[in-house]
Amino acid sequence: MNLRVNGEVVTVPDSVRTIKGVIDHFNINNPVIIVEHNDTILDKNAHEKTQIFEGDKIELVQFVGGG
Amino acid sequence: MNDRYSRQTLFAPIGEKGQRRLKKKHVLLVGAGALGTGNAESLVRGGVGKITIVDRDYVEWSNLQRQQLFVESDAIERIPKAIAAKKRLQQVNSEVEIEAHILDVDPQEFESLIENVDLIIDATDNFDIRMIINDISQKYGVPWIYGSCVGSYGISFTIIPNQTPCLHCLMETVPIGGLTCDTAGIISPAANMVVVYQTAEALKILTEDWGARREKLVSFDLWKNEESKINVSSLRKADCTSCGVHPTYPFLDYENQTKSAVLCGRDSVQIRPAKKEKRDLETIAQTLSSMGKVEQNPFLLSFTVEKKRLVLFQDGRTLIHGTKNISEAKTLYHRYLG
Repeated sequence: MNLRVNGEVVTVPDSVRTIKGVIDHFNINNPVIIVEHNDTILDKNAHEKTQIFEGDKIELVQFVGGG
Repeated sequence: MNDRYSRQTLFAPIGEKGQRRLKKKHVLLVGAGALGTGNAESLVRGGVGKITIVDRDYVEWSNLQRQQLFVESDAIERIPKAIAAKKRLQQVNSEVEIEAHILDVDPQEFESLIENVDLIIDATDNFDIRMIINDISQKYGVPWIYGSCVGSYGISFTIIPNQTPCLHCLMETVPIGGLTCDTAGIISPAANMVVVYQTAEALKILTEDWGARREKLVSFDLWKNEESKINVSSLRKADCTSCGVHPTYPFLDYENQTKSAVLCGRDSVQIRPAKKEKRDLETIAQTLSSMGKVEQNPFLLSFTVEKKRLVLFQDGRTLIHGTKNISEAKTLYHRYLG
């Protein structure tokens, strides 16, 4: 399935079906991440149940500490 | 008069009017690392009225790759960053008032530093201090610009009290773990890019061009060629204890503060005594000289022992280099410094 993640088109395996799956697919283990799914900010409790479909637009924003 | 600012005033959205406004403004810059030196240089060159720089650390060789105000002699002499930055900035623009504090700033000190400040710029390296900045910003109604970076990634967001969500709304809690400069390193363009976003927003706010403000949270990865701008206004929470209807400013409470911390990008731990008191570096140097190598400058004392280096500042704050283990650091601190 093709998704647009942070502006880039990426192909993910069909086994990736939810936002949580996308986060895991990219090996992101940052506890503070904001997800925008098709222009809507998701509640963090909704990552697991929110399904994704071909062509979805996803923005993954991680909070980091350095400076 | 010279034409120092002519190219900036030619830029129509700023103009002579914006330049006059900028000259009357006071920025509090927290941190003088990569983000701090970049922001400071841009704002000082641009002609901000006053800038107060607060930093707890001193210059090391590993800083020179990206911290643009520092030179080799600063690292050799271990000059505190706030002092080294001020020196260079005064050479850049003597018209700007520059105040430097060697300080691991706590909420009480913030309450005096915030006086007459128009904007706070975050150039820190941890979320403990950012949550304090966030509460101070809300309590005193002063906007602040969050910025951070690691590896090739960076993020920035401008927080305006009573308008935008605050950092507490966005993060809910202070994060534990995650990527740091220790694990992922940092390349200078990532820091510079965050500086660019922060300085552009700062210029808009300081020249009072509020309509031009970027309202979205921006993040990017320069190595993966990714960029993202998202609208986070829906994350503003009416019951937020920092910016909501009944704020309690929880991060200004003493109990919520970290007294010791592992420093980002450094094999080091900082110990901050609960009570600040001026230490007599001369006497301490004499006591320690029989046990290890002691070096001194007017601001700090460096003591090398057991393959570790302890750096003691006048206010009692100590950096323990050569360990990331807080309890080991505390042991060393108490063994040699009481």
